Amino acid sequence: MNIWLVLLLGGLLTFGMRFIFIYLLGRFDVPEMMRRALRFVPPAVLSAIVVPELVIQSGQMNLSLMNFRLLAGAVAVLVAWRTKNTLLTILGGMVVLVLLELLF
Amino acid sequence: MKNRRQSFWAGVRAELPLLMGVVPFGLIYGVLALNAGLTPASAQMMSSIIFAGSAQFITAQLVREAVPGLVIVLTIAVVNLRHMLYSASVAPYISALPMNWKVLLSYLLTDEAYAVTIGNYEKEGVTPSGHWFFLGTGLTLWISWQLSTAAGILLGTTFPESWPLDFALPITFIALIIPTLKDRPAIAASLTAGAVALFAYELPYKLGLMIAGLLGILVGTFLEGRKSPKAVSPPVSPDHGGPGNGRTL
Repeated sequence: MNIWLVLLLGGLLTFGMRFIFIYLLGRFDVPEMMRRALRFVPPAVLSAIVVPELVIQSGQMNLSLMNFRLLAGAVAVLVAWRTKNTLLTILGGMVVLVLLELLF
Repeated sequence: MKNRRQSFWAGVRAELPLLMGVVPFGLIYGVLALNAGLTPASAQMMSSIIFAGSAQFITAQLVREAVPGLVIVLTIAVVNLRHMLYSASVAPYISALPMNWKVLLSYLLTDEAYAVTIGNYEKEGVTPSGHWFFLGTGLTLWISWQLSTAAGILLGTTFPESWPLDFALPITFIALIIPTLKDRPAIAASLTAGAVALFAYELPYKLGLMIAGLLGILVGTFLEGRKSPKAVSPPVSPDHGGPGNGRTL
């Protein structure tokens, strides 16, 4: 398949998935159960993205102290929790990771 | 009450700190896409046609491995399934908008724009200019994604591989998650999803992400349903206190 056709179809599907409920929910009411469930979309989906990024290293689970990404992630969690500041969180996590990699 | 312009710029400002994570990610994407054998034009256009970072990385990888086009298309769809959840989540807040707005905001509905926008809606509710905040977050992200992709394509492999630039994005997501952990059900949803994602990591096409996300949502909803309405901490939406035994999932 031509790369442009792949991009076009992939783009249409992606747009369709972003659009579908925005389109439908203009026409139907949201069931109460679903409304309550949707509050948990951000913490659940974002955590499912992040945790493997921190813990899986070259295909293996690594929960040891030698996993610098896990340590830096833990620092970022602390900074985010204490400061609620996005910029400080990102900077804090990155600085810790760079320092650990430089030192060890 | 904010007017349109104030809302728009508030959205832009709220999105700006996230660019610390998004821009390096875009740079890396540009470099990898060229290395995978995409032309500069298709690498750049992918950023506006698909406009979803992780799907773009995987597409580049699959192009490199000469995987059949149909498989790539299906993979893009599965990796982007989570956007259906985002769509359902913001839908109630923008249901009254005209169709052209719904189309535009749907196109701009990425992980990063969604997380910032839904936080704003949960805090402020539906306001006459709330969609301008959404537009501000989405456009800020769109422009910086296009520019950082272009920069990655231009720079090629000139920056050192030892820089852990790819770590900027997971860290950004951490900054987005922590403020959503307002009560025990939310914390349980986050922990469940994280743990399941680890154990389902080997599944193909990032299906583990979707399963983990859904299970996290299920656990959060179940725990919240079990609490008596009195014990519920200040709800996000006023129509929160349904029957205590809403275990219909």
